[in-house]
Amino acid sequence: MSEYRIQGNTGAWEVVIGLEVHAQITSESKLFSGSSTGFGAEPNSHVSLVDTAMPGMLPVPNRECLRQAVRTGMAINAQINRWSRFDRKNYFYADLPQGYQISQLYHPIVGEGEIEVTLNEKDPDSPTKKIGIERIHVEQDAGKLMHDQHPTMSFVDLNRSGVALMEIVSRPDISSPQEAGAYLKKLRSILRYVGSCDGNMEQGSMRADVNVSVRKPGGELGTRTETKNVNSIRFMMQAIEYEAQRQVDLIESGGAVVQETRLFDPNKMETRSMRSKEDAHDYRYFPDPDLLPVELDDAFLEECRASLPELPDAKRARYEAMGLTAYNAAVLTAEAETAFWFEDLLAQGVDAKQGSNWLMSELFGALNKMGKTLDESPVNPKQAAELLGLVADGTISGSIAKQVFEIMLETGQAASAIVEEKGLKQTNDTGAIEAEIAKIMAANEDKVAEYRSGKDKLFGFFVGQTMKAMQGKANPQIINDLLKKALG
Amino acid sequence: MTDFSRLGVVAIRDGVAKGDFKAVEVAEALNARVSAAKALNAFIVETPEKAIEAAQAVDADRAAGKPLGKMAGVPIGMKDLFCTEGVQTTAASHILEGFVPTYESTVSANLWKAGAGMLGKLNLDQFAMGSSNETSYFGNVISPWRRNDGSTAALAPGGSSGGSSSAIAARLCPAATGTDTGGSIRQPAAFVGISGIKPTYGRCSRWGVVAFASSLDQAGPMARDVRDCAIMLEAMAGFDPKDSTSLDLPVPAWEAGLNSDLKGKRIGIPKEYRLDGIDEDIAKMWDNGISWLKDAGAEIVDISLPHTQYALPAYYIIAPAEASSNLARYDGVRFGLRDLPEGAGLQDMYAATRAAGFGEEVRRRIMIGTYVLSAGFYDAYYTQAQKVRALIARDFENAWASCDLILAPTAPSAAFGLGEKNADPLSMYLNDVFAVPASLAGLPAMSVPGGLSKDGLPLGLQIIGKALDEQSVLNAGLAIEQRSGFTAEAGEWW
Repeated sequence: MSEYRIQGNTGAWEVVIGLEVHAQITSESKLFSGSSTGFGAEPNSHVSLVDTAMPGMLPVPNRECLRQAVRTGMAINAQINRWSRFDRKNYFYADLPQGYQISQLYHPIVGEGEIEVTLNEKDPDSPTKKIGIERIHVEQDAGKLMHDQHPTMSFVDLNRSGVALMEIVSRPDISSPQEAGAYLKKLRSILRYVGSCDGNMEQGSMRADVNVSVRKPGGELGTRTETKNVNSIRFMMQAIEYEAQRQVDLIESGGAVVQETRLFDPNKMETRSMRSKEDAHDYRYFPDPDLLPVELDDAFLEECRASLPELPDAKRARYEAMGLTAYNAAVLTAEAETAFWFEDLLAQGVDAKQGSNWLMSELFGALNKMGKTLDESPVNPKQAAELLGLVADGTISGSIAKQVFEIMLETGQAASAIVEEKGLKQTNDTGAIEAEIAKIMAANEDKVAEYRSGKDKLFGFFVGQTMKAMQGKANPQIINDLLKKALG
Repeated sequence: MTDFSRLGVVAIRDGVAKGDFKAVEVAEALNARVSAAKALNAFIVETPEKAIEAAQAVDADRAAGKPLGKMAGVPIGMKDLFCTEGVQTTAASHILEGFVPTYESTVSANLWKAGAGMLGKLNLDQFAMGSSNETSYFGNVISPWRRNDGSTAALAPGGSSGGSSSAIAARLCPAATGTDTGGSIRQPAAFVGISGIKPTYGRCSRWGVVAFASSLDQAGPMARDVRDCAIMLEAMAGFDPKDSTSLDLPVPAWEAGLNSDLKGKRIGIPKEYRLDGIDEDIAKMWDNGISWLKDAGAEIVDISLPHTQYALPAYYIIAPAEASSNLARYDGVRFGLRDLPEGAGLQDMYAATRAAGFGEEVRRRIMIGTYVLSAGFYDAYYTQAQKVRALIARDFENAWASCDLILAPTAPSAAFGLGEKNADPLSMYLNDVFAVPASLAGLPAMSVPGGLSKDGLPLGLQIIGKALDEQSVLNAGLAIEQRSGFTAEAGEWW
C-alpha cells in the first residue's frame, strides 16, 4: 500500500509489523464467573470466589463472551472453529490469582480471516491493502497491581481479573506505522459495529502488542521484538517508528537485534527492554481439565450470523448506491458511531442526500465548534429529522433552517416549536407574494424593461427583493414561479 | 440401649424415621466415640455442635410431620478436602491451615440438605496425594486394624481417604465422604474392610472440593455396606451448573434398584491384572469373588485390557501435571499461609511460602508435573500420557463387547505398616496399580470386602462398570457382600 522505508547508512530497510490486539469483550459478566465487568468501580468490588481462585472454585464459560468472539470472527470473514478448547498458561504473578491464565493456545475459537484497510479511510481514492488475521482466541484478563498505595507493599485490585478478552493476532502483513494505524482503526471500527468491544483504548478496553522487525527489502525476516501493551494508536505508530529505527541503527552499527519483550514509554517516546527470551517464562500450556471443549452448533452459528449488523464496507457501498458522494459515504461509515447516527436519521424518513449533507456540514460543523463528539450532540437524530422535514416539506427555507438549528443547539427546543414561536414559517400565500412582486416591479420599471429586453441575470435581483420584502419567509419556489409569470 | 455405633446408614435413617430413637441420641453417641478415638488421628477438626444441630433439625422436622431426607439423622465424617462453610478446610496441608471457607461444597451441601450431620473433618493425605495417609501435615491416621500375630504395629488405613476409612472401620461414623483420583476411595476401603464407590466421572460435582487432578477427581461415599453406599451416593450426586464437567443427568434411584440377582450379567476377568508374583491371599480372594458372582447367576468371561501396564506411568504424569497447575493458587497472596521473610520480594515470598506450606510428597508431584509440562518435554510426557489414557479407555470400550462388569482385586496387598513404604515413592505408587485404570477411563468402580489375609487383615474386591452404570456395580457388590460372609471387625484397642 505504501512504500515505507527507513534510510540507513547501508541503504533502505523494510519494516515488518504484526499486531496482537487485546480487545475486552463487551459483556455483563466475566469470562468464567458471574462478576460484573463494570469499569471504574472501587478496587476488589467486582470479585467473586472464582476470580480470587479460592480452593475448589471452578470456571464456567460465559456463552455471551464466546458468542461475541464468533460474531467478530464472522465480521472479518474468518474461519469459525466449531470445536475449540481452553488451555492454561501457567505463571506466577500477584495479579493472577489462579497461577494460570485460561486462554486458547492450541485450538482457538476463530481461525484465519482478513481485514481490508485504507491509509485514509475518509478518502475514497486512498489505496487499499488486505491484512491477514491469523486467529482470534478468547482469554482471561489479569488483575492490576497498585504500587503507590503503601511504602513497602503492593496492593492488588482483582476487578479486571477474569474479564474476557479477545486476542486478535494479525499476520506480519503490515509494513509501515501508517498501515498499522489504519489497521487498528479499521479493526476498532469493526469491533464497534459488531458491538463486541467498545474499542476504548484510554480505559484499556483495547491494547496492542506490537511485533516489529526490519530487513533489507525482500530479504530474510529479521529478529523481532515485541512491544507490550501499547494503549493508543498514536503511541503505537510512534513505538513502531522508534523501534524500527533502533533496530536499523543497531544492526548497522554491528549489533544484533535480540528477541525480547519491550515496553513503550510515551513520555520519552522510546521503547526499552523488559525481558529477554532467556528470561521468558515457560508457560507450560496444557488443556484446562476443568473445562470441556467448546462445541458450536448450527443454531448458535446461525444466530451469531443473523445478529451481525451491516459492516462498514458493505454500508459504504450501499450509501454510494443510494446516491451519496463517495466522500460522504466514506466519512459516514468510517466510525460506527457516525454510521449508527446516520442510520437513525434515515429511519426517521429523512432523504439520504439531504441528511448526509446536513450531517456532514451543519452538525459536524457545530459539534466541532463546541468541541463535542457525536455522542454528546445536543440534537438527536429524531430532533434533526424534524428540522430536515420542515425544510423538505417547504415549511421553512434552508437558510431559516440554519437559524432554527442554532437555536436548537442552544435551547434544546424542538424545531417546530422554534419555527412557531419565532414566526419563521415560510409562506405559500401567493396573494401576498404577488402583491409584493407588483410593488417591486412598480418601483423598478427600468429593471423590468431591461430584463424583458433580455438581461436574464436580473431575475436574481427580483428574487432577492421579493424575499427581502417577505422577510425571508416566502417559499423560494413559489417566488420563482410567480416572478416568471409576472415578468413574462 | 442401642449401640448406635453398630448402626449403618439404613438403620439410623429408618430408626429415626420410625421414631425408634432420636437423631440427637445418635449424634451424641457418635460425637462421644469420635472424641474418644483421638489415638486414630482420623479427624483434623471435630464438629460435635454441627452434628447435634443437624440432628435437632431432623428431629424437629419429624415432630412437625415434614418429609425427611435420604440421610436424615445420619451423622457422617467429611473428608477435609471438601470446603465447609465456617469450618476450617485444610486438605491436610500446612499451607491451608486456618483457612475457613465462606462457602460450602456442592457435595457436602447436598448431604446436609438430605439430612446428614457433620461429626468433623477427616484427615487425609495432603492434597489427596498418597496411598497411606502418611503425607498429612496433621500426622498420619492409624488404621483400627492390627495383624493377628499379636503385634501392635500401626498399620496404614490406606489413602488418600484414610481418615474416612479409619473412622468408619472404627465405628466412629456409619459413613463418610471420600474422593478418588487414582484409587483414594477404593484402596482405603479395601484396607479396612468397608465398601466405597467412585462413581462415573461427572456424577458428583467438584465445586468446592480442593482440586488435586481435575480430570480424575471424583467424590464418592464410603460406608460399611453396599446399600449404605447406594443411599449416600444418591444424596451426593447430581448435576451442578457450577462445574462444567458435571453430568447433566438425573440421579438414578440406586437404593431402590439394588438387586443381587446377576443372571444375564457377564463378568470380565482381566488377565493383565493377574501380575507375576501376585500375592497368594489376593489371588485366593479373587477366585472366591469369581465363584460368588457365578453363584449369583453371572457368567464369567476372560478378557484382556492390553494397555494396563501403561496406566500407572500415564497416571503419574497426568495427575501431577494437573496438580502442578491446580496448586499454583496457594501462593501466600490471598489466603492460607504466607511466609514473607524480612526484605523479601514477591518471588521470595512464593518460594518461602510454598516450601514451608507443602509437604514433601506434594512438592515432589508439583516438580514432576512442572517437568512434564515444560517446553521440550511436553510431547514426550504429557501428550504421550494422554494418548495412553485414550488407549486405556478404548481397552475398556472393547471389553464391554464381551462383558458387563469387571472383577479384580482393589489393591495388590493388604494394609502395610506405617513407615514401610514411604522411603520408596515408587513402591507406594504401585499400590494404586489396579485402581488407576478405571480412574483414567472415568468409570464407576467399587471396592467391597473380599476376605482376610493370612495376617487377619481385610482385602478388597473391585468391581468396575460401564460409564453411568453404577447400578450394576452396586448390584455385583451386593451379591459379593451376601456371599462373602465378611463380618470381621477391628478390635477396639484405642
